[in-house]
Amino acid sequence: MEYIFIILGVLLIPLSIAAGLIWVERRLLSFWQDRLGPNRVGPFGLFQVIADTVKLFFKEDWIPPFSDKPVFVMAPGIVMITMLLTFSVIPFGPGFYVLDSNIGILFFLGNSSLGVYSIVLGGWASNNKYSLIGAMRASAQMLTYEVFMGLSLMGVVMLADSFSFYSIVQAQKNGWFIFPQFIGFLVFFIAALAETHRLPFDIPEAEGELVAGYHSEYSGMKFGMFFVGEYLGVTLMSAIITTLFFGGWLGPSFLPPVFWFLFKTFILICVFILLRASLPRPRYDQLMEFGWKILLPLALLNLLITGAILIFIK
Amino acid sequence: MSLEIMIKIKIDGTYYEVEPNKNLLDTCLTLGLDIPHFCFHAALGSVGACRLCAVKKFKDETDKKGRIVMSCMEPVVDNLIISIDDIDAKAFRAAVIEGLMTNHPHDCPVCDEGGECHLQDMTVMTGHNYRRFDFKKRTYQNQNLGPFIQHEMNRCIQCYRCVRFYRDYAGGKDLNAFASRNNIYFGRVEDGTLENEFSGNLVEVCPTGVFTDKTLMKHYTRKWDLSNAPSVCVHCSVGCNTIASERYDSLRRIMSRYNGEVNGYFLCDRGRFGYEFVNDEKRIREPQIRSNKNEKKENVDDEHLFSVLSNSFSTNRKVIGIGSPRASLESNYALQVLVGKDNFNKGISTKEQQLTNTILEFLKQSGIKTPSLKQIEKADAILILGEDLVNTAPMMALAVREATRNLGKEMAEKRGIPSWNADPVIKITQDSKSPVFIATPFKDSLDELAKDTFRSSFTNIAELGFAVASVLDSEAPSVKLKNIEHQALAEKIASTLRKAKNPLIISGVHSGDENVIKAACNIATALKSIENKGLLSIVLPECNSMGLAFLPGNPLDILFGGKDKIDTLVILENDLFRRASEESILQLFDRCDQIIVLDQLPNKTTLRADIVIPAATFAESEGTLVNNEGRAQRYYKTIVNKDQVKESWRWLTEFILIKKGTQTVQWKKFDDIVNSLLVDFPDLEALKNYFSDADFRMVNEKIPRQPIRYSGRTSINAKNAVSEIGIEPDIDSPLAFTMEGSKENAPASLVPFYWSPGWNSVQAVNKYLDEPNGKMKGGDSGIRLIEPKENTPVTYFQKNNQSKELQPGEWLIVPVYQIFGSDELSSSASTLAQRIPAPFVYLNLKDAIDLKVNNTDQIQLEIANTKLELVVIIENSIGQGMAGVSVNLPGMLYLDLPGTGKFHK
Amino acid sequence: MFSILRTIWLIFLHIFHKPETIEYPEKKPYLPPRYRGRIVLTRDADHNERCVACNLCAVACPVDCISLQATEDETGRRYPEFFRINFSRCIFCGFCEEACPTYAIQLIPDFEMAEYDRQNMVYEKEHLLIEGEGKYHGYNFYQQAGVDMGVKGKGEGLNEELPVDVNDLMP
Repeated sequence: MEYIFIILGVLLIPLSIAAGLIWVERRLLSFWQDRLGPNRVGPFGLFQVIADTVKLFFKEDWIPPFSDKPVFVMAPGIVMITMLLTFSVIPFGPGFYVLDSNIGILFFLGNSSLGVYSIVLGGWASNNKYSLIGAMRASAQMLTYEVFMGLSLMGVVMLADSFSFYSIVQAQKNGWFIFPQFIGFLVFFIAALAETHRLPFDIPEAEGELVAGYHSEYSGMKFGMFFVGEYLGVTLMSAIITTLFFGGWLGPSFLPPVFWFLFKTFILICVFILLRASLPRPRYDQLMEFGWKILLPLALLNLLITGAILIFIK
Repeated sequence: MSLEIMIKIKIDGTYYEVEPNKNLLDTCLTLGLDIPHFCFHAALGSVGACRLCAVKKFKDETDKKGRIVMSCMEPVVDNLIISIDDIDAKAFRAAVIEGLMTNHPHDCPVCDEGGECHLQDMTVMTGHNYRRFDFKKRTYQNQNLGPFIQHEMNRCIQCYRCVRFYRDYAGGKDLNAFASRNNIYFGRVEDGTLENEFSGNLVEVCPTGVFTDKTLMKHYTRKWDLSNAPSVCVHCSVGCNTIASERYDSLRRIMSRYNGEVNGYFLCDRGRFGYEFVNDEKRIREPQIRSNKNEKKENVDDEHLFSVLSNSFSTNRKVIGIGSPRASLESNYALQVLVGKDNFNKGISTKEQQLTNTILEFLKQSGIKTPSLKQIEKADAILILGEDLVNTAPMMALAVREATRNLGKEMAEKRGIPSWNADPVIKITQDSKSPVFIATPFKDSLDELAKDTFRSSFTNIAELGFAVASVLDSEAPSVKLKNIEHQALAEKIASTLRKAKNPLIISGVHSGDENVIKAACNIATALKSIENKGLLSIVLPECNSMGLAFLPGNPLDILFGGKDKIDTLVILENDLFRRASEESILQLFDRCDQIIVLDQLPNKTTLRADIVIPAATFAESEGTLVNNEGRAQRYYKTIVNKDQVKESWRWLTEFILIKKGTQTVQWKKFDDIVNSLLVDFPDLEALKNYFSDADFRMVNEKIPRQPIRYSGRTSINAKNAVSEIGIEPDIDSPLAFTMEGSKENAPASLVPFYWSPGWNSVQAVNKYLDEPNGKMKGGDSGIRLIEPKENTPVTYFQKNNQSKELQPGEWLIVPVYQIFGSDELSSSASTLAQRIPAPFVYLNLKDAIDLKVNNTDQIQLEIANTKLELVVIIENSIGQGMAGVSVNLPGMLYLDLPGTGKFHK
Repeated sequence: MFSILRTIWLIFLHIFHKPETIEYPEKKPYLPPRYRGRIVLTRDADHNERCVACNLCAVACPVDCISLQATEDETGRRYPEFFRINFSRCIFCGFCEEACPTYAIQLIPDFEMAEYDRQNMVYEKEHLLIEGEGKYHGYNFYQQAGVDMGVKGKGEGLNEELPVDVNDLMP
């Protein structure tokens, strides 16, 4: 019984956070731009999320006649599924997790890579040149950043001596891994941005040049799934960073561990949004160059140094 | 082009292969290079007056300095090196414009030329934009130039194009340049109507707004707001190409559409200003029905109409259809299908039908070529037999004028002066003209060009013609004139025609005398048999007379005098009262149970009809017309049909569907009926390969009727309904009622308007031409249905000797056609109607004295029981015992002319 | 690298700034008299319509929401027979004012044009024409333009000489 509650919690918390993020992001962005943002629907505009959801549900769900229909319908679902599945290995608190897998990190990396199928298939099935270009960019971006995303985490794995998220959090009892693994954190953070196509790395969408890229042709709830998928990604990445570098649920005991976990995650989400508010989008080739020529060597260097130090200590 | 030897010139560092013997400006425009210019007009030649077309010419490759020359005065020679972009040449051109603009008024917003002004284009092209001249502007008083042309002299830039066109090209007398130095004035000696029949071309020739279209001013619309369609003039048999322009559901103006083979750059005033009947308030816009002969007609809707018609065409009823030479080929064909071949009547008199058929057969069988207007312009000896060209085929008269200048051009060429160099050519020419002989019963405005004129009755004109033929070829029916002078004239004409390289005979059916036509044919046959040359051009009465001749059918007269009842009589766009006596038509109508008339304007025939169907005009429909040359040309819809107006062929198709039982047709759109027509009449098969059907696309797009700057799309209909209705689809043509579509130049027959970036004025036409005054790119529009056969036997017509002796007190009455008035549709144009004279009679002074009448007196004429009040005009060129009576002017009754009649005081 | 961090920091600081937003329907912002809202048609000092129906506003309009028809009074003075603007299409770009050669079209601070019935957004000349001269006093197009259109005779406009005597041949 308790297990079912945990599963429901793990399913609903990220979903509601992701939905709420729509409002949070718009409000935060407007504060940073000296505006007010959505404040008309309900107190502080909180019901904006509900209004938006209702709107998305009732919009005409149009499937372009020129599209590849089954793939077109399937694509938005993939991103939701992979993102939500990944949450199952994340410990929200001691005992508050669905699964303590001993290959948790690998499961996360694998799942987040599968997410790109959603975009590529969506772009391909739309049968629209902008969508296709967006999809191509997304896959190239994914390939690039996937490589050192994994590598950057290896330092943490070495320190904790485990692939299990639960063990990694346990291993941070004496100090968050951000301190010994600062470079790893930086590289992972940037890779996480790219992985979720958040600004400034929203090159697959790039509405200025690609008119919303891979989801140009999507409307109604299918578009909503892409939309929520993106926020789920943000939440997931924040949760992962919290878990791997900021000690997960660990914190002073006057508040429950779940609170600390969610609090840290929320702060990280805000940082994600702050980056969106402040940084311009790089060119596609700049992004690739940055990935291959700077971040990859940096991640390898981090791995080397961490390994060397660990061997030296032991 | 490729057959001539090409030479190489270098323009701004690029080598071009060009034709020799042209001027540099012409050449550059041919190459698509923009050189600003004013006074040069390809049809008028160059005079080098405006100094705007300056370019820099270099002596050789080493010459870096060069010198400024006027490109319009510079012959193109091998290895010529010039620069258009040269900084000095540019500065020179900007300075010329700046000078011209010092006195130009600041009035583009209220100027009708604005938006299609050559001066605006040139000012922008040269880059002049700020006025530095601080002194006052010169002003002029304007003149009232009559109902067609608005005068605003302040806008003049003294390029002389107007007088060069009006006087030198069109032969006008009453427009000239006055005053001197900086005060040159273009106008008349005093206020008054411009008399020349081609005055409307001043609107297009003037590079700025001095002469503008007064009929357009009444409902003024900028060029960019006009929705246009390629059209064909319906007011005479020449078939000039026009651009018909629409705004707010009314026809706004007619402009010339270039056709190198037909009208070139110009149009006559009947064609240009005759369009107003389309907007007439009296237009029939709803079907009208009367249930009883004594009742008034009432407007009804389509449903009611079709319920009334449900029985009209059933097989047990005798249905007769009367076609029309002013309706399109397709409409006539649809009528023919409705009533069946045996019951189809062409709606023209027996005489007219015989004459037209004689001509068509002759042109088909004799191997003699009938020329286009362009070829008429190339003729070097012309004989006009019995046709008053200026009034019956005005543009042909203009072509004859151009032809008379061939001798002068030849003389100039001999002295090494190219024919484009207008001024010296005129000086060398002096009074020399290519020979033209005119044989008509009374004076003619072409007389001034004639080497000899022959004034007599049509019988004698025909005699003269036969005599010429017999002098040329002894095989021809031998005719010798009793009068020695006349015989000498005949011999002179014969020898001139024989000597000429390119002789041309012009005649027409307006004389109403078959012998005249036969004589003309005989002369052409004689020329062909002895010299294997010669052209024959025949003027026909109406825009589609030739097209109708291709369809089999009975003449109108066959219906008269019968006793049997006709159940349904369908009359297509034909006012029968213009074609036969009132008596016989009323008798015919009495025999009819139901009379259905399809027409645009109310007339005597619609008045007596039981059912009147609103037919579309040329501006609201598409159709094919065949001109006197046998050139089939298509006009397209400009105005979206409103109210219940529909194309005649569409109405007739619906009638055919009502009839069913006997025949069913699947005509959904225009192309269907054309295809069906081609199947039934293999003579017209040539049409198939030429016309673009409705599926034709320019790179997958339709051709837009509206320019890209068309304004007010979201506002025009907003008064009635703010929610926008989609654009009207056009299933009948490759054109679209929108500004969206192909930006490429359409094929010649589909060009709806002329525009090119930087060229908003009519001069943009150069971008659509192979070369100025040449052909349209991709070939001129229209397709000739009659081409001369080869190796044809020589056969001559015999003269028909059935001349009637005049009784004492009887007069020989000959028809006098009027450019303004004798055509049915254009006489309903409100502005043009102001130029229509009251019905008149030409009398010799001696005869007038005998009859005791003076100029402008009223006199009564009696012909075949018809009595008419006419105004006397003393005209000494008409022979004694003869009287010329105006034909078909508004208010006149039908007269069978030429004929005999009596005068009563 | 540093500039990126600085940017992020500066943007972050904006959270402490006061928002610039004016919450419109409750609080009305101040609009200067020359604020460019919807158009009106003005008259000149003689109380005649300034519009000469030149069609330049219509052609400048990027959404094609102006249509008009020129006509003339008995003296030959041009004016629009009708002048229609479909404000439901208007984007308030002001190009028509820029294009107007006679100062007839001027923009005023009125922009609150919400209607329940879209048909009410279609304004005809009588809705647009005001009594005054608007922003530009004393300008009369016909005094500048060298044409005789019932307003003045030839040569009586600004900067014009008396009409040429055509019969005069003096050098």
